[in-house]
Amino acid sequence: MNALASLRLLLGYRGREGMVAWAFHRISGVGIFAFVVLHVIDIYLVGGNPAAYDELLAFYASVPGRFLEVVLGAALLYHALNGLRIILIDLWPSMATYHRQLWWASWIIFVAVGVPGMIIILRPLWNPGPGL
Amino acid sequence: MLVDLRILRFDPERDEKPHWDTYSVESGPMDRVLDLLHQVKWEEDGTLTFRRSCAHGVCGSDAMLINGRNRLACKVRVDQLGRRVSVAPLPGMRVIKDLVVDMEPFFDQYKSVKPFLVNEEPEPERERLQSPKERARYDDTTKCILCAACTTACPSFWAQPSFVGPAAIVNAHRFIFDSRDHASEERLEILADEDGVWRCRTIFNCTDACPRGIHITQAILEVSNAVVERRG
Repeated sequence: MNALASLRLLLGYRGREGMVAWAFHRISGVGIFAFVVLHVIDIYLVGGNPAAYDELLAFYASVPGRFLEVVLGAALLYHALNGLRIILIDLWPSMATYHRQLWWASWIIFVAVGVPGMIIILRPLWNPGPGL
Repeated sequence: MLVDLRILRFDPERDEKPHWDTYSVESGPMDRVLDLLHQVKWEEDGTLTFRRSCAHGVCGSDAMLINGRNRLACKVRVDQLGRRVSVAPLPGMRVIKDLVVDMEPFFDQYKSVKPFLVNEEPEPERERLQSPKERARYDDTTKCILCAACTTACPSFWAQPSFVGPAAIVNAHRFIFDSRDHASEERLEILADEDGVWRCRTIFNCTDACPRGIHITQAILEVSNAVVERRG
């Protein structure tokens, strides 16, 4: 079966928490990989093109840049928490019975850690420090 | 209750690709999806083709995609689905006609894990005894009816049809953990292959689809752990 047909099945099937958890894991994983590539490029610019590096840093500190940072933080946090959920189930298969509860528990931690993190990242937008 | 029943139809002799046909059918309070399919076939369109045998959730013939999830048509009550019901063949399988899919590759995968007792010791005079605890170890996976609802609900199987699939692993589990069986090593070797247990991504669609309530993902992970322990 080709990738397109497989994707069509994926979008048509009404999977529950386990499938949504897996889909988010994949999407966040691809997003994190894209950031790692970007990060390799920006670090290269330090020596390769310092002016472009400064411009990129200014973008990171801008309003859209900070919102993208929040998205990156959310992807990292979700991927890490769901990864722990998968490790727990992998090592102790009897935990599979509680996979839904574990997923919802990971969302509680996601909000508890993610919201303060988001505030810290976005705070300079309404309370600029001396460096901004 | 009047129900709009959409069925994904395909006749290889007439159609180039599958298309949806909609039928308005009257559903009684206790009717199942299978009853609606019977109504269409017996009263409206005799060419509608689907498999069914016992019609009571035991034979596993009538697994299909019902309102986006793999279910047995004989076990899903229409009043739990609402007035719009859609029925399509099992996903990821070659369609022979209408709701009938080619099950041969599924059964080939099933056979590949040696789903039978292997014990070369001389036959005892009576049964080969085991304790209730030994029997309980694999009780859950004895319930499989080979309907293919689990395997065809698995995104890993859709992406890689050579994946042996949840149903075959469940049936391997049934013998791997049977104290009377002597071929666990062989089965674990088969399932340690790239198309074996490692393709499971713990998505749980299989567990959700199983009409017998088998804890399929848990069984797959128990087999994965057995593969690891064997290597360790």
